[in-house]
Amino acid sequence: MKRAPLLFINVFVIATCGLIYELLAGTLSSYVLGDSVTQFSIIIGIYLFAMGVGSWLSRFIDKHIAEKFVEIELAVAVVGGFSAPLLFLSFAHLSYFGFVLYAVVFAIGVLVGLEIPLLMRILKDELDFKDLVSRVLAFDYVGALVASLLFPIFLVPRLGLNRTSLLFGMFNAAVGLWGTWLLLPLIKRNVTLLRVKGAIILVLLAIGFIKADRLTTLAEDALFVDNIIYTKSSPYQRIVVTKGKIGYSLFLNGNLQFNSFDEYRYHEALVHPAFAAFHGEPKRVLVLGGGDGLALREIEKYSSVDFIQLVDLDPDMTHVSYAVPALGELNHHSFDDSRVHVTNADAFVWLDSTQTEPFDIAIVDFPDPNNFALGKLYTTRFYNLLKSKLKPDSTVVIQTTSPLVARKSFWCIVSTLESVGFTVRPYQTTVPSFGIWGFALAKTQAFDPPTKPPANLELHFLNDDSFASMFEFPSDTSRPSDDIEVNRLDNQALVRYYEAEWRRFEQ
Amino acid sequence: MAACRETPSAFPDGEIVGQSVALGHVLREGRTFDVPDDNWETRKVAIIGGGIAGLTAAWKFKRENFNDLVVLELEKEAGGTSRSGKGEPVGYPWGAHYLPVPFKENGELISLLDEISLLDGRDANGEVVVSEQYLCREPEERLFYKGRWYEGLYLNAGASEEDKREYGEFQKQIDTWVNWRDAKGKRAFVVPIGECSTDAEATSLDKISFADWLRQNGFTSERLLCYCDYACRDDYGLKVAQTSAWAGLFYFCSRVRRSGAESQPFITVPEGNGQFVNHFLEKVSENVRRDCMVVSVVPAAKGVDVICLAGNKLRGFHCEYVIYASPMFTAPYVLRGFREDAPFAATEFQHNAWFVANLHLKDRPKPRFAKDFPLSWDNVLYESPSLGYVTATHQKGIDYGPTILTYYYPMCEDPNGRTTLFNYDWRQLADVCLTDIARAHPDIYELTTRLDVMRWGHAMISPRPNFIWNGVRERAMKPYRNIHFAHTDLSGVALFEEAFYHGLRAAKEVLQA
Repeated sequence: MKRAPLLFINVFVIATCGLIYELLAGTLSSYVLGDSVTQFSIIIGIYLFAMGVGSWLSRFIDKHIAEKFVEIELAVAVVGGFSAPLLFLSFAHLSYFGFVLYAVVFAIGVLVGLEIPLLMRILKDELDFKDLVSRVLAFDYVGALVASLLFPIFLVPRLGLNRTSLLFGMFNAAVGLWGTWLLLPLIKRNVTLLRVKGAIILVLLAIGFIKADRLTTLAEDALFVDNIIYTKSSPYQRIVVTKGKIGYSLFLNGNLQFNSFDEYRYHEALVHPAFAAFHGEPKRVLVLGGGDGLALREIEKYSSVDFIQLVDLDPDMTHVSYAVPALGELNHHSFDDSRVHVTNADAFVWLDSTQTEPFDIAIVDFPDPNNFALGKLYTTRFYNLLKSKLKPDSTVVIQTTSPLVARKSFWCIVSTLESVGFTVRPYQTTVPSFGIWGFALAKTQAFDPPTKPPANLELHFLNDDSFASMFEFPSDTSRPSDDIEVNRLDNQALVRYYEAEWRRFEQ
Repeated sequence: MAACRETPSAFPDGEIVGQSVALGHVLREGRTFDVPDDNWETRKVAIIGGGIAGLTAAWKFKRENFNDLVVLELEKEAGGTSRSGKGEPVGYPWGAHYLPVPFKENGELISLLDEISLLDGRDANGEVVVSEQYLCREPEERLFYKGRWYEGLYLNAGASEEDKREYGEFQKQIDTWVNWRDAKGKRAFVVPIGECSTDAEATSLDKISFADWLRQNGFTSERLLCYCDYACRDDYGLKVAQTSAWAGLFYFCSRVRRSGAESQPFITVPEGNGQFVNHFLEKVSENVRRDCMVVSVVPAAKGVDVICLAGNKLRGFHCEYVIYASPMFTAPYVLRGFREDAPFAATEFQHNAWFVANLHLKDRPKPRFAKDFPLSWDNVLYESPSLGYVTATHQKGIDYGPTILTYYYPMCEDPNGRTTLFNYDWRQLADVCLTDIARAHPDIYELTTRLDVMRWGHAMISPRPNFIWNGVRERAMKPYRNIHFAHTDLSGVALFEEAFYHGLRAAKEVLQA
């Protein structure tokens, strides 16, 4: 049997795999680090340079060329095949992701750079030099074309980055394994050992491929559509700021907190109804959560307010509008206002342990209750603690997730407030980035919902015509007739409702 | 790689605290004690032992405006196995760490909870409503199994159909016993044990082990057995095969109000049952003598003489009554004449040994998988001889930053558990604790800044088969001369409610005498 034509198929597969790994690294790094021009440029540079290093190193391989070729194939299969899962995991868990990224790209480049020179030396006795160069390079470039077409059209949309990486690792392993038969006359020793190694690697990659969903949920959480311009892993959460065509977005642990395009709708709806429902001139305002400073921006529009206490868990969060100047502009540098006093503490612990004068208005703007640590901030205990910091005529507003997506969760918060003696006037509005969004306006006294926003404010969303309609609930978001539990510390019913309701939207 | 590390790079500081074993064992030497004449005091009542039973008795006397009493405590701190430590950011338990909400019938205990301001009031059925902040916060329990954390104490993950069927069947059996009433309308299992039915249908369960009972009722599911074994080790410090079936069922049935109801919720605070100790001490502290080892109790012509070793000095008390609120097995060593004319067999009261470690952490262990069930109040390791750990900051809602974990280890695998325990030094016990926890949290070595260990040589009474209902408890509950016994030992299970019950009973007996 003539080996040469079959070996050219190897060249084709090897070339395809090599380019795929390069594209994977480039795509992945621009996903997670942003700035795709820089990322692709650096990755291509390092990869090509590493291939050069590999080609140069091939001269030091004198003996057992066929065997070395198979071993290199297997090495590419391991390093390249597992590259995407490895990189995703290291981004999620390591602070020196860049180092791992470039090291992996370099390693793959060196190994791939070794492949073609060795293969050409294997083939040199069967073809003359002219034919050899033309055919090998032709197959090499065809492989590159196939890879670069397949990658965006089929592989990324259909398989995702992890599966693509593992699949092409399997191709490399198959080339290596097949090579032990194809090059058998040239392999002097250890054929069985090589085959066993190849088989093990193939099986591991196949398992990875089948289980890739698990890897994906583990690692691709950190995958964002827009360019990432700022990341910070604080002891409490991972903060990511992205910039896309329509503006800036801030994510906490992968959950969108606002988009600059429509955040004014959310923050005007959050803040002003509480002021509208307050009779007289509010002086002391408590903000729980709200470390992005956007609710502060709205509160600072009231000249009667002389003291704003903001309690947010995370110093990195209350600092983010300094770290990302664009966000400082967005909140009108609200943290620089001398009326603002920032305390970094868990609001639950702060309310439980701090003596303070009562507040006129409390704005409660926590992330959605998707875990127990957040769920406690929506319990009867929490609202009782909050009540102890209010006057009889104070007003409170609470962000209460989407009454459309999480209808039970929304009404659970309303019931919980009612159970500790608040009169609650729930309302809802549309924030395109989030969907239909809900709030609970509450007082310890009976009250009618306000009908107009406070006068003489510069507002972009709320107006006299539409304000009252926020307090009306269409049939698909109105209070359900079934029993809804009150959320307590010892049942955390809300977290369970919330999980069940949002899980419907997971794939 | 962390996983390949042979010796951990970091190892916390710490020491063995509490219980002075040498002190207690002085009693074994059978010395005689001559108290100088000017070292005698007169008290109407001496309470020997400042654990829950002794403190309850003292608290009761004070409530009745009776002040002529002294509480003599062997250790530097009163509180027995309900002792706690002070720490940052919160206190932490050294032993018992929760109390199930009592049924409305347990009026005296409820009046204690009321006095501590733990209650909001009563519900429509007259059951107490405990303030939310004292009821164990969710997430309450989680279980570590093969690298992952799951919700609850029963391992649901990977349960077969047969496992599920048996678990359902087990719940039905529990339900049957919850509903069971004797001819007088008494429950088979209720707290306090003094209120339990004495009908043989129920008490004959005491003759076999809980493991045998499970086998006889066709239960073979391994995870069900593990669940029951955990329950026995947790409440009694015994394995399922060492526990009486009556005691095993008592654990599952006594805190369920009616069939289908959830078990009574737990009252807990960071320092565990130390909150009750601290409350008692607020009321009776002036009457408590710490570091005061009672070496001899001598029934006299009129009353009882109590001799104790306070520091190096012998001190005596002429008393009318003694409440003996110490473990029952010590009676023959301390009570003059007990051996010659024993009113009950003290050796029937057998105790098991435990060690408890408190780990001071600078931060929480990092979750290894996004879908792991989060850090809970009680964190149990499946297939571990330990009981896992309790998180002190949990109840206060402190979910970030430094915390304290309390790790419990009953020595029930080893027939010579007590000897083994006292042969271990601090480093060895710390190793046992850290290697166990490191299976779930490899970062525990780096996170732990301090690890203190308390060795409890006689931690809990052992409700082994044929003990609770063999008659010895009834005999020991009767006064011996003017000495009234009060200890959870007298219930055959180590529970706060039982110690409280016997403390009250003994105090009332003395007040009425």
